Amino acid sequence: MTHREEEPVTHREVDSATSRGAAGVGAPAVRREGREKVTGTARYAAEYRFPGRAQAWPVPAAVARGRVSGIDVVDALAVPGVLTVLTHENAPRLAEPDDPTLAVLQNPRVPHRGWFVALVVGETLEAARAGAAAVRVTYDTEEHDVVLSPAHPDAYVPEEANGYPAVRERGDPDEAFGSSAVRVDVTYRVPPLHNHPMEPHTSTARWDDDRLTVHTSSQGTGAVRGVLAELFGLPKERVVVTAEHVGGGFGSKGTPRPDVVLAAMAARRTGLAVTVALPRRYLPAVVGHRAPTLHRLRLGAGADGRLASLVHEVTTHTSRIKEFVEAGAVPARVMYAAPHSRSAHRVAALDVPSPSWMRAPGEAPGMYALESAVDELAAALGMDPIELRVRNEPDAEPDSGAPFSSRHLVDCLREGARRFGWDGRDPRPRSRREGPLLLGTGVAAATYPVQVWPSTASARALPDGTFLVRINATDIGTGARTVLAQIGSDALGVPLERVRIEIGSTELPSASLAGGSSGTASWGWPVHEACARLARRLAGHRGPLPERGLDVRADTRGTADAESAWARHAFGAHFAEVAVDTVTGEVRAGRLLGVYAAGRILNSRTARSQFVGGMTMGLGMALTEGSTMDAAFGDFAESDLASYHVPVHADVGDIEAHWIDEEDPHLNPMGSKGIGEIGIVGTAAAIGNAVHHATGVRFRELPLTPDRVLAGLLGHRTTNGAPAGTAVSGSDAVPRP
Amino acid sequence: MGNHQHHSETTLDVNGKPHTLTVDHRRVLLDLLREDLDLTGAKKGCDHGQCGACTVLVDGRRVNSCLLLAVTLDGCEVTTVEGLSGDGEEPHPLQRAFLERDAFQCGYCTPGQICSAAGMLAEAAAGHPSHVTDPAAPTGEPVPLDREEIRERLSGNLCRCGAYPRIAEAVEDVIR
Repeated sequence: MTHREEEPVTHREVDSATSRGAAGVGAPAVRREGREKVTGTARYAAEYRFPGRAQAWPVPAAVARGRVSGIDVVDALAVPGVLTVLTHENAPRLAEPDDPTLAVLQNPRVPHRGWFVALVVGETLEAARAGAAAVRVTYDTEEHDVVLSPAHPDAYVPEEANGYPAVRERGDPDEAFGSSAVRVDVTYRVPPLHNHPMEPHTSTARWDDDRLTVHTSSQGTGAVRGVLAELFGLPKERVVVTAEHVGGGFGSKGTPRPDVVLAAMAARRTGLAVTVALPRRYLPAVVGHRAPTLHRLRLGAGADGRLASLVHEVTTHTSRIKEFVEAGAVPARVMYAAPHSRSAHRVAALDVPSPSWMRAPGEAPGMYALESAVDELAAALGMDPIELRVRNEPDAEPDSGAPFSSRHLVDCLREGARRFGWDGRDPRPRSRREGPLLLGTGVAAATYPVQVWPSTASARALPDGTFLVRINATDIGTGARTVLAQIGSDALGVPLERVRIEIGSTELPSASLAGGSSGTASWGWPVHEACARLARRLAGHRGPLPERGLDVRADTRGTADAESAWARHAFGAHFAEVAVDTVTGEVRAGRLLGVYAAGRILNSRTARSQFVGGMTMGLGMALTEGSTMDAAFGDFAESDLASYHVPVHADVGDIEAHWIDEEDPHLNPMGSKGIGEIGIVGTAAAIGNAVHHATGVRFRELPLTPDRVLAGLLGHRTTNGAPAGTAVSGSDAVPRP
Repeated sequence: MGNHQHHSETTLDVNGKPHTLTVDHRRVLLDLLREDLDLTGAKKGCDHGQCGACTVLVDGRRVNSCLLLAVTLDGCEVTTVEGLSGDGEEPHPLQRAFLERDAFQCGYCTPGQICSAAGMLAEAAAGHPSHVTDPAAPTGEPVPLDREEIRERLSGNLCRCGAYPRIAEAVEDVIR
């Protein structure tokens, strides 16, 4: 292979990581489980073989609201190989869960279409599937309502939005807006979005007397164990849950989903090991989704661009059985120095599936709307959008007044502008044309909060000179094993290859979930502490180690979750270059560039992959991904991967992720902020702003599919007005002298 | 509805070893590999030919193994990610390149990406054009694979972690 000379940077990283073994914190160490993943030997939740293991197939409700009035399982039971059919009439009784979406097969109520009403267990996948097709369900149906609107009569102000106060207000934002020299008052819409990790939600369960063992595809097995113990009335010690390899989650596996409860019920009933691997098309209804958000943004500024008023109001939906509020207005509390501000959420409980976390919940749709509106304000002011953001850079967190532990947004914008070639850009819309293509560039900021939860870890020194670090972390593709071994290696002061690591099982010291970009901080902290203390103990140890080694355990309760006086957030800047085809309406993002300030980057190789991965999902959010609630059927119309378009190879052009060195002593011993989500946060706005720059048309509803773009372009050409959901640049921004 | 009506004896050569199985007519190749042979490298992402995670090679050509009824493949040679490197301990160059480039995260689409890339390289070498191949290119001649060709030809393999740029680089490493 002759590519080494041609791609020097990457391969220098590889060589230093593998041959010299110097791969402590910051180094691009190669993924520990990488060889298993590329050779196909890494086992995922459906791939644990037990003699006589059965397969189960769920039956989704075919109405949007009502009750099951009858279930006829005679034909299903007659299918050769079908072992049993579980329904609400005969399924094991469960204790009432905290999460109502896990109360499966407990009563005849149908809260939304796609809710599981039966589970067919068969000797084979084919038998279970044929059995499921043979189950006859009748319903008493009721009128349903699945369509969200800004003025929905059922919309109410919740207490919280994903853990944040639903409403925050300071000053007099309405008065300040009304008296501002330049005003932007706009609405944006983000459709429902689906996580769709490549591995569908899957669990394999078996009972051994009163012990339950589960292999599941989850972002955190600790919560799975707790829920199963509660539902089945077992002490936690009798439940073992493992998630050795997990095929992505993006929030949708953050807490247990129905598959694991169904597998445990079916295994208990049959006495066999049972696998429940949810069919792809069933996922959108039962694993959570990003709820649609309707945004109204009001930005009032002086002629100098300084914001006087920032109002971000979000309306969203939740299900009838569970309140989850997509916290789209929360980033407005962090971003800009407006003396008067309101950020508020309203939610309507509809007959829809329960929404939940999807990568950067709140920040992703919220920053799409906010950063698009900021771009509109820049246009109305005739100001460079980077300079506008710099002008409104706050001294402290605007909402709380707390000082930032570190905030390098301006550095990200400047560094990004330099790398992207922003200077010299002609700000006028429609100023670049190549044949049928209109070209444009856009910028947007990104933010994501620092989150960290208490965890425990153990570190053991063994007589053979190796070390074993144990912690129930979960690697959903982030490279957790690798970075935790690096942290341990650094704290111990020994080469990386002498540090072994075990993760992904409730048999290990308990730890928090892989979510909220918190994993490395939450798990690395006790790993660092245990290893550092072990190193000190070894330094004072005389003579050979005992055969079972020396063990140190660390628990960060009380430290990791201690109140901080600092406002702690990661920041980033996104740049996009697009080409808009005026014939087809197709938008292609040929170039995406992100620069991040996320504390210390602990593994440059896996970090880059996460940033780029987030940006790729943001590209999908901008251009291809969108789900719609079918008003008549109460179903997501785009429920599979043929209709819900995640980006493919051909959609993805040049994507670069960079970061700036950020020293922040107020985080954790590693000095790291989370990196798993911020990559998606500003991408869609940067692309949308670039599309406006290219076309002069402001599209305010995602995704920017050819039908929408073409309609917008035609509206621009023919009437100079705006079709629904679009506006010609500046037409409803109100500049005043 | 006796067993004999719904099952047939089928012989497949999988990764160089013959297997004779009594196969349920409804069983697709993917489930045969995963359930009957415990070759779980091929993944089930959608079961509908929409994601490519189940991609393997049948008689050297890449296929979505979730769309092929196993009973129709009597006598065929199947190569999965487990058999890509032959009997050797050394990984296939594509596997090595994916590892070096960090061309994956969760790893679930990875076996399909690698098998698809292997099949794609053979197709290009055999002169198969793609949507982006210059129509004026000579018929039957090997098609040079630039970045755009690689992206186009691998677009049947979805990766939700967004490893696409690294995958394209890994494939380029092997081509060069």
